[in-house]
Amino acid sequence: MDTFLQQVINGLTAGSVYAVVALGYTMVYGIIQLINFAHGEVVMIGAMVAFTVINALAPSGLPPLVVVLIGAGCAVPVCVLVGYSMERLAYRPLRHAPRLAPLITAIGVSIILQHLALLIWSRNVLAFPQIIPSRTYMIGGAAISSIQIAILGICFALMAGLAVLVYRTRLGTAMRATAQNPQVAGLMGIDINRVIAATFVIGAGLGAIAGVLFGTYYGLAQYTMGSILGLKAFSAAVLGGIGNIPGAMLGGVLLGIVEALGAGYIGDFTNLCAYESLAARISDCDGGGNFVLFGSNYQDVFAFIVLILVLVFRPSGLLGERVGDRA
Amino acid sequence: MKNTKLVLSLFAAAVAVAGCSKETPKPAAKDAGQAPAASGAEVKIGHVGPLTGGIAHLGKDNENGARLAVEEANSAGIKIGGKTVKFTFVAEDDQADPKVGTTVAQKLVDARVAGVVGHLNSGTSIPASPIYNQAGIPVISGSATNPKLTEQGYKNQFRVVGRDDQQGPAIASYLASAKKPKVVAIIDDATAYGEGIANEVEKTLKAAKIQVLPREKGTDKTTDWKAVLTKLRGRNPDAVFYGGMDATGGPLMKQGRELGMKAVFSFGDGACTDKMQELAGNAAEGLLCSQAGIPPQAASKKFLDAYKKKFNSDPILYAPFTYDAANLLIEAMKKADSSDPKVYLPELQKISFSGATGQIAFDDKGDRKDAEMTIFTMKGGKIEPIAVIKSGKTQTYDEFVKTMGK
Repeated sequence: MDTFLQQVINGLTAGSVYAVVALGYTMVYGIIQLINFAHGEVVMIGAMVAFTVINALAPSGLPPLVVVLIGAGCAVPVCVLVGYSMERLAYRPLRHAPRLAPLITAIGVSIILQHLALLIWSRNVLAFPQIIPSRTYMIGGAAISSIQIAILGICFALMAGLAVLVYRTRLGTAMRATAQNPQVAGLMGIDINRVIAATFVIGAGLGAIAGVLFGTYYGLAQYTMGSILGLKAFSAAVLGGIGNIPGAMLGGVLLGIVEALGAGYIGDFTNLCAYESLAARISDCDGGGNFVLFGSNYQDVFAFIVLILVLVFRPSGLLGERVGDRA
Repeated sequence: MKNTKLVLSLFAAAVAVAGCSKETPKPAAKDAGQAPAASGAEVKIGHVGPLTGGIAHLGKDNENGARLAVEEANSAGIKIGGKTVKFTFVAEDDQADPKVGTTVAQKLVDARVAGVVGHLNSGTSIPASPIYNQAGIPVISGSATNPKLTEQGYKNQFRVVGRDDQQGPAIASYLASAKKPKVVAIIDDATAYGEGIANEVEKTLKAAKIQVLPREKGTDKTTDWKAVLTKLRGRNPDAVFYGGMDATGGPLMKQGRELGMKAVFSFGDGACTDKMQELAGNAAEGLLCSQAGIPPQAASKKFLDAYKKKFNSDPILYAPFTYDAANLLIEAMKKADSSDPKVYLPELQKISFSGATGQIAFDDKGDRKDAEMTIFTMKGGKIEPIAVIKSGKTQTYDEFVKTMGK
């Protein structure tokens, strides 16, 4: 039981980071129906910038928490700038082009950002300075570290903050109006260019924080980290219903848990020696041996299995309602 | 139409960007190079290692070792075939890239070198080996540990470091005797190296009647090990072995400690670096790991002093081995009284030589007999040698250094 609880806690932590990244995908999709494949790279740049800043400040003797906050404080504006220029330079000129053009552009932007990071930060795995002392608490046999608690707290606060922004402010109302019908929103006096830029900026800012959280949680950053993280967050967004903000939050958390439980238990379920009728026929099983079909190295596969299942059985996602209409 | 063009040009740009990190020089196909001129006044000795790229510092270190040996031989005024020979050192850069490795191998063959020290990586040594073999030029690597290198049946291929399939048993038997675990969990990164060394460890542990849990796997890009470690924690292993590199091993160990695992963590040479401390922080303290060969600071004092004097720095990793490799070539030429590879190769095969890394002799495959393995532990943020294993016998590191000092 404590193993199960631990897997859920692990999944919840990873999932809440996915959720914050997924918000960036889903907000942009909700407004301009573009899957911004470069969003994972924005997250990576956030982690890299934070790495550089924290590394530079770590020996300065400032309190660790302040150093990390300054790191995040530098990562957010950089990512916001990247997000804004991406929209302004790459996507806005293609706003009225056929849908394939911006999509391919997004992939191009992602490759450009990744290689820029390669040039700046090298291809090595960068070790995130571990300056925050992590304390571990035991709850019912499961360990939860202070960093995990902080990640959960920050992610849920960000999600709540975004919900307030979207459903309670003028900008949020403008965003929702633009999402429903950009032309009509424009006629109502909404500057849709500004709203779309704001969407990118908010998504990139969230991505930057997610990058910093990811870096401090796992203790490393690399120029390639954005692609797999981005794909998982994208799957989470689709799981929740792409374009739907609460859906991305739910999808992210669910995906994290599915992944943790999947990776934790797949080895046991596909150990053919555990099934008596099969065990007799497999020589590897003799004397307590094992014959495992799929090990935990298939962890990353679960996100994509979920993606495929959702696309086949519920293309609009768990909370999505109106994806079909303009897609 | 306009859009199609745009899409295509973007795609082309993407391909160009993605492609710029790769270079594809075709290895020149050429028939076997002729044997170099026998016993002339000039004898060329080649060295290959990466002098550019991520591990350029290790390549330079290797090169320095071999260069030192050649220069010492020149100042000693060695006579071969009655004439005093001048050894010329030809250093090449293979960028740690298998394709470049074959190109420079051909270049050395064309330059009629009498022998080659290198390459640094297994990944470049193996594809280059048929080229040297065809030309009949003896090659001694001072750092390539993949067993395959000497399993190809080439009579001219040697190495002065241990093999990965000696390293696995070494770390496993040390773990078994020093920590006496009852249950051991083994994880690998599903690469040829990681899986290979993990299999060797498992074999050795099982032979020592230690219970080994079903193998867990990650990939060489895994960052989140928590699912695997949580599962293992439920089975309470006394020790964990991970076959993989430091980039994945560091997070693995850190996350294991975060989950409250008390087990001893052990690794092969891929994760036997100071980088473990950077990646895992204080959690890395107390890990066990192995390296093929002996640490550079354990090499003979004569070599260490000469290196320091010549290059004004200490050897980093494999320089004592490339130093020995170059000396072996020269020694075999002296014994055969010829620098013709055909003539001196048999001498190299049966050589017995006392080098900077100890006594060297080769077995039939060209592997070093009784190669040493060193066990390290993480102490105060640095990996420190604690024991040396040689022909199945374990010595503490201090004892070993004393025997080397003689």
